[in-house]
Amino acid sequence: MNIAYTKHVLDNGLQVLVHEDRNCPIVAVNLWYHVGSKNERPHHTGFAHLFEHLMFEGSAHYDRGYFHPLQQAGGVLNGSTNADRTNYWEVVPRHTLELALWMESDRMGYLLPALTEAKFANQRDVVLNERRQNYENRPYGLASMAVLAALYPAAHPYHWSTIGEVADLHAATLDQAHDFFRAYYHPANASLVIAGDVETAEAFDLAQRYFGDIPPGPPVARVSATASIDREVRLLLEDRVEMPRLYLTWHSPAMFAAGDAEMDLLSDLLANGKTSRLYRRLVYERRLATDVSSLQNSRELSGFFQVVATPTPEHTLAELDEEISAEIERLMADGPVESELERSRAQVEANFVYRLQTVGGFGGKSDQLNAYNTFLGDAGYFERDLAQYLEATCEDVRRAGAAHLARGRRVALSVVPQGRTDLAVPGSERTVVS
Amino acid sequence: MSVDRTRLPVSGPAAAPRLPEVRRTRLSNGLAVWTAGHHSVPVVTVVLVVPAGAAQDPADRPGLASLTGDMLDEGSGARSAIDMHDALARIGAQFDTEVGADATLVAITTLSRHLAAGLDLLADVVLRPSLAAGDFERVRRLRLNRLQQLRDLAPFVAERAFARWIYGTHPYGHVPVGDETALAALTLDEVRGFHARMFVPEGATVIAVGDAPHASLVAAVEAAFGGWRAPAGVHGPSDLPEPPADPPAGRLALVHRPAAAQSELRIGQVAAARDTPDYHALLVLNTILGGQFISRINMNLRQTHGYTYGARTAFDFRRRRGPFQFESSVQSSVTADALREALGELEAIRGPRPATADEIETARTALTRGYARNFETAQQVARALSQLALYGLPDDYFQQFVPRVEAVGEAEVLRVARDYLHPDRMGILIVGDRDVVAPGLAPLQAGPLTLLPGGGAAAS
Repeated sequence: MNIAYTKHVLDNGLQVLVHEDRNCPIVAVNLWYHVGSKNERPHHTGFAHLFEHLMFEGSAHYDRGYFHPLQQAGGVLNGSTNADRTNYWEVVPRHTLELALWMESDRMGYLLPALTEAKFANQRDVVLNERRQNYENRPYGLASMAVLAALYPAAHPYHWSTIGEVADLHAATLDQAHDFFRAYYHPANASLVIAGDVETAEAFDLAQRYFGDIPPGPPVARVSATASIDREVRLLLEDRVEMPRLYLTWHSPAMFAAGDAEMDLLSDLLANGKTSRLYRRLVYERRLATDVSSLQNSRELSGFFQVVATPTPEHTLAELDEEISAEIERLMADGPVESELERSRAQVEANFVYRLQTVGGFGGKSDQLNAYNTFLGDAGYFERDLAQYLEATCEDVRRAGAAHLARGRRVALSVVPQGRTDLAVPGSERTVVS
Repeated sequence: MSVDRTRLPVSGPAAAPRLPEVRRTRLSNGLAVWTAGHHSVPVVTVVLVVPAGAAQDPADRPGLASLTGDMLDEGSGARSAIDMHDALARIGAQFDTEVGADATLVAITTLSRHLAAGLDLLADVVLRPSLAAGDFERVRRLRLNRLQQLRDLAPFVAERAFARWIYGTHPYGHVPVGDETALAALTLDEVRGFHARMFVPEGATVIAVGDAPHASLVAAVEAAFGGWRAPAGVHGPSDLPEPPADPPAGRLALVHRPAAAQSELRIGQVAAARDTPDYHALLVLNTILGGQFISRINMNLRQTHGYTYGARTAFDFRRRRGPFQFESSVQSSVTADALREALGELEAIRGPRPATADEIETARTALTRGYARNFETAQQVARALSQLALYGLPDDYFQQFVPRVEAVGEAEVLRVARDYLHPDRMGILIVGDRDVVAPGLAPLQAGPLTLLPGGGAAAS
């Protein structure tokens, strides 16, 4: 089981990967730029994502919205920005592949002549509304910002969220957008996957034809930063919510680093689904919580591991904290039992198969090839990635948990209804997110 | 060869979508079984379509169908809920129950080598749920807590208030999840009764799509579901009444949400049933109006004015006439402006600025050339087939889709816009801060503002 591919690097540094899948007459174009919000600086946050919006607003040779020709052709398209990378993709009928490549290459090579103050102002308004819709007006929407701010020091590039600070978005300028494009949006900082109903040789010819003339840009310095916390940070955040909620967060291994797969397995057996330890104990048996979830959020520089739970009205965040911490401590002491790890492995293996079902879009095969290629320089990592999970032993999982999930090195955030600071875990310090 | 950047490349002729070859059979108990091969990945998806959803809830028991759906996977026979999910996890299954207005869909996706085990689990869940008292109390409490949390989620508050506003006491007038009052009154006997009445083989369809021959799929379904019998004297779901023809008494309503960062908006009316002969024309109309990014309403509200992250419209085609609605979440200070622009677009497409030949061509090609994408995965195929089964659509529906859309012309789009969209009678709902929003609404000339309950907790 793998995602077969062929890779060439163009003279300008653009990495091109082609994967054939002739099952459905569609082709995915998936382009990653190795830039995200971690390339921003304090007081200039939100820029990488705002810039992603501008990439859909037209380029020198097609100075109109990018959605029109591609949707008219029966395609779908989107993009996204996270801390580490920005991706753009189209899924088009196979005979429309050249249109997608024409447009992706035009905005890589010729964006700036078309990037105007009016577009910049309009998309800033759109992004401010995106922020209102997905963070400010959404219950618990600001919790992630409070956690990141506490987990990483102010100068660390994971300190801020990708959507950015409102004041920074207002202060952003068109000149900065031009500089940002020149620094990061060029062939030598990008990886292109063409996947689907296309012949490999034809796809490479097209990639060379459309992208080969674009000059390489300046080298991009890799961002590096480390972070750790040496105490338990207890915070409370008031929000427009009916019920309080507890967020426990620890630093954890980076994406694909040693321990990443083990922490993912740990997350699975701790809180994924009804069979998981915490669901079973907190929701099913003891009825202390209405929901519980966990996540190994692995990122390029470092990861964080998070457990989130909402108490039933009869119980408190402090009780949940005790129960969750006790369960984690048990796991760190005894490790999982073979049968529960076996179950997690079965789910992981099936999920790797399910990931092979789509060529395009977020999480499709083209996106996976780009993730492996961009972060590891090894697009063929699929099988080894799976092996990390299948070969992990109970003792490996126990050791990973013990190394990272100490109670004295975490952020414990209590999100409480307005005016109900009494519901927070005792000793929590009030924090504010704007 | 260098690239000609003076014009966009011209696309070649569209490739024909690869449509699933569907075989339809019926078991001796009346259960319809549809199968289709899908061989790109060793995965199989099975969907059971039960043609009874939230519209079958008794008037004083909104949420019954949904709660019943939630109880299905809480154990069967000697297996507890935990055991059931343990068994599902050990075959890597994705399991999902979805209760909509017209149907309950219970779906399982697993590796094709686990087909028989997956079907056995699906049959346990659907045919033999324990429906035990202890589980019922736990599940009901969790739902009460969930409903309490949803009070603060603006899109949900809007969805619930809007259904009631447009449909009144009609069975489409409540959201599937129901409300806290009804949930507190619901009994386990009612859940058992609903399950016994609605989950019967006659009228239901099992759709199996995946990496296996038709004969294997049918044999596996028959092994798991062949013994399914309806209790004596049970007749399944009842017919639904026609939805109200009249618009809501007041047109303009608001759910007060103090200090809300945005206003959640809905504009709409009772519109079209799934079996309308105008279905394809309405799809083309909606694609132009608000069905994709480049639609008039999104271009206006988002791209021209920057009022919102996105704005859209949709027809929700159902057994009876489902709603048409506009929806968006906009910056509070521009609420009235956004409503004016949206209403303007709804009116314009009916005559002042009818869909142009170019717009219609763009919408038609978006729908027809994009059609192939809908059949990439086994889940997509099974889901598409579930709509055919649920609404009794013709066997050659997929084959007819492209020619039917291609046949839609300007006159037809204008006619359906005039027949189905009546912006002067549509309900308008705002979930937002009354004090910020209300003063600006007078110029809309939509009549007095009705205040509806349900805004949730206070903000800072």
